[in-house]
Amino acid sequence: MSDALVINQLEKSYANGFKALKGISLKVEQGDFFALLGPNGAGKSTTIGVICSLVKKTSGQVSVFGHDIDVDFSKAKQELGVVPQEFNFSQFETPWHIVLNQAGYYGMERGLAKTRAEKYLKQLGLWDKKDTAARTLSGGMKRRLMIVRALIHHPRLLILDEPTAGVDIELRRSMWSFLREINEAGTTIILTTHYLEEAESLCRNIAIINDGEIVENTSIKALLKQLSKEHFILDVRDTLSAPPKLNGYKVELLEEHCIEVEVEKGQSLNAIFTELNNQGIEIVSMRNKANRLEELFVSLVSKSSTSESGAAV
Amino acid sequence: MNIRQQWVALYTIVYKEIHRFTRIWVQTLLPPAITMSLYFVIFGTLIGSRIGEMGGYSYMEFVVPGLIMMSVITNSYSNVVSSFYSAKFQRSIEEILVSPTPNYIILLGYVLGGMARGLIVGCIVTLMSLFFTKLQISHLGIMVGIVLLTSMLFSLLGFINAVFANSFDDISIVPTFILTPLTYLGGVFYSISLLPDFWQGVSMLNPILYVVNVFRYSVLGVSDIDVAYAFVGVAVFIVILASLSLYLLETGKRLRA
Repeated sequence: MSDALVINQLEKSYANGFKALKGISLKVEQGDFFALLGPNGAGKSTTIGVICSLVKKTSGQVSVFGHDIDVDFSKAKQELGVVPQEFNFSQFETPWHIVLNQAGYYGMERGLAKTRAEKYLKQLGLWDKKDTAARTLSGGMKRRLMIVRALIHHPRLLILDEPTAGVDIELRRSMWSFLREINEAGTTIILTTHYLEEAESLCRNIAIINDGEIVENTSIKALLKQLSKEHFILDVRDTLSAPPKLNGYKVELLEEHCIEVEVEKGQSLNAIFTELNNQGIEIVSMRNKANRLEELFVSLVSKSSTSESGAAV
Repeated sequence: MNIRQQWVALYTIVYKEIHRFTRIWVQTLLPPAITMSLYFVIFGTLIGSRIGEMGGYSYMEFVVPGLIMMSVITNSYSNVVSSFYSAKFQRSIEEILVSPTPNYIILLGYVLGGMARGLIVGCIVTLMSLFFTKLQISHLGIMVGIVLLTSMLFSLLGFINAVFANSFDDISIVPTFILTPLTYLGGVFYSISLLPDFWQGVSMLNPILYVVNVFRYSVLGVSDIDVAYAFVGVAVFIVILASLSLYLLETGKRLRA
């Protein structure tokens, strides 16, 4: 069984000498839900651009389900569906025509295209807007329209470049469940996002790209194991004037009813509850201070940037 | 893509193009009908009646074939240049570029769309002309052939202009500063036999002179130039421009990063 995507030593340099990709290699297995993360300008969109032929690579190999894009781009493209970061459909066309035209570009017969278009437009809540000009749709609707358009030819690999940017929480959650559904049905998904909670919630494997290089490529579980410490916020019922003393834990008083506890890897949460209970402090609620993946992401990216600037010196 | 899928892709592009210009018919189909009617009234009826004969025919009879051809040229050109450039501007061209549609189908689709508009406008202008003069057809085959080739030629030129254009200003530069002057100097309103020898020679460098004269030949049976020579010239230009257009698509110049 061939991998959904294999990238080998991919490089992209622009005419002005800027190197957007510095020899990245990546493998995404069939059926995976894969996150490609990185700060702005790291090379995520360039990588996607190369895969879908909107960016010409300088060197390296890319293959989609075993089809090398240099040898048989047509077959590779048949397997691909792309939801770009920016809206790229005619603002004057209706969603119905946009989706049907896209099906036509993939050689799909009109009858089948209409059936699928109706199914996906209904599924993503756009059916009643199918005959209105695309420019009048809200931002969230436009994003969903691009998902319908990308799915119309039933690609086996769906690439989403920040699909939930600017989308409200409720809609984001419904898009997540839709993406989970199609992933469970067998579609391999690659997702770039700035919402790390999104990657943690949806994806099984992850690559972090920074400054045109892959700085981490592993499973989300393995990545989270790298966390050496976590910060928890505890809301307490009693009014505190000073942080309570907890043996072996760093505690900070944030407000008179709120403390922050730093928990090192291997330390138990039970001990915190026991000690606070012994001190007569009642815990009302507890939450992570920040997204765990966010902390790791920041540390990995800043580490790679530091070593880069050190090497340059 | 197999042949059937390529056919579907081609049909989709052509259908999209025709749907676009018929949806905005007030901007695309109506203006040439009004403009050409004014030409018929002013140049044909009002001024033409004082000019007398031109090339052995009344001025109205002489000028009508040129005006029909002028409509075909400008509309074929402007359909492709505006449609392809606005697809580039809105980035909706990426919809086709990421798909497996081969480049020659993309080019053919846009060219056929441009030809369709050129031919429809040509028919509308021809119908309008019947209110002002009788239109005979001397050589139907030549008429159909030259109209098809001319609309194809100028659709290709529009495509190349759209690929190189960086702004909406760029898509009006060629029609304003090149196409319109060449059309006006291409024997639409006069026979080049009226010009001194030197200017006749200069006029022979104008490709529009050839297509206008061949079309006039197909209607009236008279031409300032050799018809076969004109057909070969247009065909050669089509091959050159089609090759250049395909090269631009293959290399992705101005279309892919």
